[in-house]
Amino acid sequence: MKVYVPLDAAARALGADEVVAALQAEAMRRGVALDVVRNGSRGMVWLEPLVEVETPAGRMGFGPMEAASVAQVFDGGPLAIGLVEDLPWMKAQTRLTFARCGVIDPLSVEDYRAHGGFAGLARALAMSVEERLAEVTASGLRGRGGAGFPTGIKWRTVAGAVADRKYIVCNADEGDSGTFADRMIMEGDPLSLIEGMVIAGITVGATHGFVYLRSEYPDAIAVMNLAVLAARAAGMLGASVMGSGIAFDMEIRVGAGAYVCGEETSLLNSLEGKRGVVRAKPPLPALEGFMGKPTVVNNVISLATIPVIFERGAAAYAAHGIGRSRGTIPLQIAGNVARGGLFEAAFGMSLGEIVDDLAGGTATGRPVKAVQVGGPLGAYFPRMLFDVPFGYEEYAGQGGLIGHAGIVVFDESADMLAQARFAMEFCAIESCGKCTPCRIGAVRGAETIDRIARGDASAIPLLHDLCDTMKAGSLCALGGFTPYPVLSALTHFPDDFARVKEAAE
Amino acid sequence: MLDETGLSVRVTEIVQAHQGVEGALLPILHAVQAEFGHVPQAALPVIAQGVGVTRAELHGVISFYHDFRDAPAGQQVVRLCRAEACQAMGGDAVAAEVQAQLGLGWHETGADGAVTLEPVFCLGLCACAPAAQVNGRLIGRVDAAKVAAHLAKVGA
Repeated sequence: MKVYVPLDAAARALGADEVVAALQAEAMRRGVALDVVRNGSRGMVWLEPLVEVETPAGRMGFGPMEAASVAQVFDGGPLAIGLVEDLPWMKAQTRLTFARCGVIDPLSVEDYRAHGGFAGLARALAMSVEERLAEVTASGLRGRGGAGFPTGIKWRTVAGAVADRKYIVCNADEGDSGTFADRMIMEGDPLSLIEGMVIAGITVGATHGFVYLRSEYPDAIAVMNLAVLAARAAGMLGASVMGSGIAFDMEIRVGAGAYVCGEETSLLNSLEGKRGVVRAKPPLPALEGFMGKPTVVNNVISLATIPVIFERGAAAYAAHGIGRSRGTIPLQIAGNVARGGLFEAAFGMSLGEIVDDLAGGTATGRPVKAVQVGGPLGAYFPRMLFDVPFGYEEYAGQGGLIGHAGIVVFDESADMLAQARFAMEFCAIESCGKCTPCRIGAVRGAETIDRIARGDASAIPLLHDLCDTMKAGSLCALGGFTPYPVLSALTHFPDDFARVKEAAE
Repeated sequence: MLDETGLSVRVTEIVQAHQGVEGALLPILHAVQAEFGHVPQAALPVIAQGVGVTRAELHGVISFYHDFRDAPAGQQVVRLCRAEACQAMGGDAVAAEVQAQLGLGWHETGADGAVTLEPVFCLGLCACAPAAQVNGRLIGRVDAAKVAAHLAKVGA
C-alpha cells in the first residue's frame, strides 16, 4: 500500500509526523506492507495533514488526518474526501509553477523527470543565448517577489554585461506575512527552482548561484540542501550541465532574521557578509551586484517558473493572464479564512472571488472587514474594492500592490488603527537605518498614530504628511511602502481612527 | 564548557573551514552559534581576524541581525509569530496568555534559565495561524495550552 503524507512545514506543524508514525503502527498491526512517500503540500492547508492513498483510479485523499483516526485510511470513514485531483480547489487551478508540488517525492530525480522535469532545461540547452532571452521576454514573466520587473529585461542586462564572473542569486527571504509560496515550492518541488537557476545561469553566463534562504524556514533549508546534492548527482549542476560543457553550480545560504534582507541590495550586502543595509541604485545589481559583479537577483517563484516556460513555450505561458500581468500567480490565502492555502491561477481573479468563493469567508464566521494584499507593506482593502482584478497595474491603481501575492483576511473584530500602528512599528523594528524617512519616520509614525488613538484628530494631517515623506524619500520599499497599509487603513476605515476621541473624553 | 583557549581553537577551526567561501561571515557566525548556542565575546577577535574585518565592523554585523545572540538562550525557546496573518487569528491574545503563563516579556529569559520567549515575524504558516515554534518544532493553530504541552514534553 502506497501512501503520501506531506513533509511540508505546514503539514508537519499540524501533526503530519505523528500521522506517519500512527500509520506505520497501524499497518504493522494489520500486517500490511506500507510505503510512505513524504510529498510536498497540495496547498489545501485546511485539509492538512492530507494523507493520499494510491489506487488504480487515482490518489484518494483523507484529511485533515489525525493520528487517532488513521484506521480510516485503511477502512474508509468520514475523513475520506475522494480523488484529490477531482476536488474543486484542485480542478479550478491552472497549476504551472506548482504542477509537481504535492504530486512527486520532492527529492526523487526520477519522479521529477517523469513529471516533466529537465524538459525545459533540455530545450533551453538546444537554443542560442539570444533565443533563450527572447523566450523569457516573450513569456511576459515579471518579478514574482512583488516589484514586477520584467525578468527578460533583467536577464538581458546581465547577459550583456562583460565581467570575469557573474552570479545568479535567488531571493528566498520570504518575509511577508501571508506568504508561503516560496517555502512550499522549495519543500515540495525544489528541483524546479534549481532547474530555473541553471537556465538563468547558462543564459546570462553566470557560473555560480546562491539561494538566500531565511532562517525561519528550517525545513526548506534542509530540503534545498539535499536537492542541490541530488541535482549535482544527476548532472544538472557541476562542471558540465547535462553534458553541455557549460558549468553552473550553486549553494544554499541562510539569512539571519532581518526582514529588510528581502530587498535585493540589502540581500546582496548580507550575502557578502555585511550588515543588510540597502544600497542606493544605480548601480543596478544586474551590473554591479554580488561582490560588484553582474548579478541576476530573482524571486523563488520567478525562477521556479522558468522551467515550465521553456517546457511549454513562452506563448503558452503568456496566453494566461490580463493586461501586462501574464501567466499565473500562486495566490496565498491566509489569516482568518475558512479554507486557507495556495491556489495557482491566471492573473485576473477578483478579491471577492478569492475571499468569498475560494476561501469560503472567515474561519470565525464573522463578516470580512479588511483584506491585506501583498504583505506588511501592502494595502488593506475594504469589501468596496473586492472587484479589483488581480494584476500588477490594477492594484497599483488602487494605491496598493500585489507584492508576493499574500492575501490576509481579517474579520470585523480587527482594529484598523492598531493595524496601521503595527505597520509603523514593524518598519521601525526592521528598518536598516540607512535613510532617515524610514528610520525616523517609522518611529514618529507610531507616535503620531498613538496621538490619534488618544483622540487628537489634529495628528491625522500630520500622519498624511509623514506618509508622503516616507513614500517619496525612502531608499527602498520598506520605508517607501509602509504608508500603503497605514493610509489604506486611514482612508477606508476612518471610523476606527475617529471613535477613540469619544472614548477619551 | 570550553575555556577561552579551547574556544579560540574551535572558532579558529570553524573560520578555517570556511576559507575560500565568498562572503563567509554569516555562515561562520551561524556555525559558531550552532556550536556554542551564542556568539561568545571571546570568539570575536578570532572571527574578525579570520575574515579580515575590524572588531567594530564585526559588532556592526552581529548586532544587525536578530538571530545572533550574545548570551545563551534558555534551555527551551518559545517563538511566537507576531505578524499580520497570525494577528488576524488571535495571535495577540495567545501571546498575552503565553507571556502571563511564563512570566516573561519579549526577548526575556526566566531567572532559572529554563525558557526564553521571542517574537518572530512570520514562520510561513499563515494558512494555519497563529503559529509558534517551540525548541525548533513548528506548531500551527497554536494556543497557550499547546505551547505549555510542548514545553512540558522536554521539561518533564
